[in-house]
Amino acid sequence: MSVGPVGETGTAPPLVRVRGLRKSFGAHLVLDGIDLDVRQGEVTVLLGPSGSGKSTLLRSINHLERPDDGFVEVNGEIIGYRYRGGRLHEVRPHTITRQRARIGMVFQQFNLFPHMTVLENLVEAPVAVRGTSRKAAAARATDLLERVGLAGREGAYPRTLSGGQQQRVAIARALAMDPDLLLFDEPTSALDPELVGEVLAVIKDLAESGMTMIVVTHEIGFAREVADTVVFLDGGRIVESGPPADVLSRPGNERARAFLAAVL
Amino acid sequence: MTSSDAITPTDARTPSTDAPRAPREAEPPPSAAPPPTGHHPGNGRDDRRLLAAGRVPRRHLGQWISAAVLLLLLAMATNTVLTNRRFQWGVVGHYILDTSIVHGLELTLWLTAAVMATGYLLGIGVAVMRLSANPVLVALSFAFVWLIRSVPPLVQLLFWYEIASLYPRLSIGIPFGPEFASVRTAHLFSGILAAYVGLSLDVAAFSSEIVRGGILAVDQGQTEAAQALGLGRARIFRKIVLPQAMPAIVPASGNLLIGMLKATSIVSVIAVQDLLYSAQLIYNQNYLVIPLLLVATLWYVVLTTLLSVGQFFVERHYARGRGRAGGRLGPRSFRELFRGNLPLFGRGADELAGLS
Repeated sequence: MSVGPVGETGTAPPLVRVRGLRKSFGAHLVLDGIDLDVRQGEVTVLLGPSGSGKSTLLRSINHLERPDDGFVEVNGEIIGYRYRGGRLHEVRPHTITRQRARIGMVFQQFNLFPHMTVLENLVEAPVAVRGTSRKAAAARATDLLERVGLAGREGAYPRTLSGGQQQRVAIARALAMDPDLLLFDEPTSALDPELVGEVLAVIKDLAESGMTMIVVTHEIGFAREVADTVVFLDGGRIVESGPPADVLSRPGNERARAFLAAVL
Repeated sequence: MTSSDAITPTDARTPSTDAPRAPREAEPPPSAAPPPTGHHPGNGRDDRRLLAAGRVPRRHLGQWISAAVLLLLLAMATNTVLTNRRFQWGVVGHYILDTSIVHGLELTLWLTAAVMATGYLLGIGVAVMRLSANPVLVALSFAFVWLIRSVPPLVQLLFWYEIASLYPRLSIGIPFGPEFASVRTAHLFSGILAAYVGLSLDVAAFSSEIVRGGILAVDQGQTEAAQALGLGRARIFRKIVLPQAMPAIVPASGNLLIGMLKATSIVSVIAVQDLLYSAQLIYNQNYLVIPLLLVATLWYVVLTTLLSVGQFFVERHYARGRGRAGGRLGPRSFRELFRGNLPLFGRGADELAGLS
C-alpha cells in the first residue's frame, strides 16, 4: 500500500476517491495500488518521471483505462462498475458514457476534431449528449471562447490555430459540458515554450474559479503556484504527497528529490 | 547566358531558383565580410555585378523533346482513327442512341448504383464488426471477407442464378427438427436478382477492407476525446471517425465504383442485357463488331469521366479543415486540378522560361 493522501477527517466526502488501483499492460505493472482523494474545488497536480503511471492514473479516472483491481469513485458513484451482491459488475457502455459526460478531459495532443470548426467542436457534445438546443450551445460556446481569450474564432478550423490556441479551444470544449471535474494530461507538453504561458494562465484562472482539477504536468512552477496538493508518483506508487511547499521544497523521498533536482 | 562577364567559367554554376543569395555567401571568410561593394582581388569577382546579374533557369530539354514526340504520336493516332474507314464512325453514330443500347445503358447505371449502395452499407457494417471487441463478430466478418474475396464474381453470379439446382427447396426450421416454412427456389432468383445479390456481396467484401483501412488511419486520440466528452459509440463513429476516414476511403472507392461500372458487364453470362451485352446482341446479327464495341466503349468513357469529376468534388468536400492556410487542401476548383494535370501548359510561365 502506498502513502496516498487518504484523509477521512474532512466534513464533506471527497469528490474523487481512488482506492487500491492497479493496472498492468501485459507483464508491466503501471499502477501498483493507488489511493488518492481529491476534494471539491481542489487542484491536485501529479508529478513524476515518465513511466511512473501519472497518465494511466488520470485515464483510469474517466475509464479510458480499465483498472485490473481497485476502483475509482466520482461523486459517490463507482466509475465503470456497479457493486451488487458482493461483486463489481461491469456496467453497460451507455452508463460509462453518462459518467464520462460529467468528467472533462484535456489531452496533450489537444485532440480537437479537425473536420469541424471551433464552434462545432464546442457545440457537438452539449447538443448530442445533453440535448441542449443548438442555439443555446452556440451562445455558451461564444462565452467560453471569450473566457479562454479566443473571442471571434468560432469559424476557424483547428489546424489554422497555434498549438496554444488549440489547447485553449480544447479546454473550452471540455468546459462546454459543465463538468464536475477536469482532467489535464500534460496539457502543455506538446507546445512551443512561448505558448505554454497562455495555456497555464487559462488553467490557473479555472483554479481560481473553484473548478476541481487533476493535472499531470512537468511545470513545477505551475504546481507550486496553483496546486493545493502535489502528488509524486514513482513506479506506479504514490511516494510523496502534500501541499506543494512541503513536497517541492522538502521532499522526503529520495526519488522525488532526484527528480526535482533534475527538473528544477 | 546573360550573366555577368566577370564570372569566370569555373564559377558559372547554373543559378537555381533559390532566394537571392546573401552577399556574404560569395565571400570565403564570412567573419570578415566586407560591404557588398568591395572587390576581392583573390577571385576576380565583383559583388555588385553578382547582385545585379540576371538569373537563368535550368533548361528542360528532355521535356520538350518528349512533348514533341508525344504530340507527333497523338497526331498520327488521331489521323488513323479518323481516316481508317474500318472504324465505321457512321455506324457508331447510328447506334449510339439506339433504343436497346440506351436500355442497356440504363440497366448498367442502376445496377451499378444499387450494387454499390447495398455493398457499401454491408461493407461498413462488416468493417465495424471486424474492428469491434466482440470476437464472434470479428471471426464472422473475417470469414465473410475471406470467402467472398476467394470466389470469382462470375462463379458467385452463376451460383445465385443456379441455386435451384443446389437447393430446390429452402425452409426455416430447427436443424434436424420440424420445419416452419419452406419455399421453392426454382424462380427465386431471376438473372437480375442474382446479379444484384452476387455483385453486392462482392462489393461488400472489398469495400469493407477499404473502409477498415480508412478507420484505422484515424488517430485513436479522436475517439478518446469524443469518449471523454460522453459521446455514444454510434455518434462517435458517424460524426467523428467516419468523416475523418473519408479522405482515405474516397479514392479507393472511386476505383471500386468505376471498376464495378464495367464489371457489371459479366451479367451477360446470365442473359441480363446491360450496355455491353446489348451491343453484343446487335453485332451478333449484323457483324459490325468494331463499331458496336466502340459504341459501348464511348458510353463507358463518358460515364467514367463523369464519375471522376464527381470523385473530385467528394474528395474536396472531405478535405475540410485539412488545408494549411485555409480550410481546404489541394486545388480549389476543378479547373485548377485540370490545369495542374495538363503537362507543360498547366505550369507557371516562369517554369517554361528555360526555353527562351
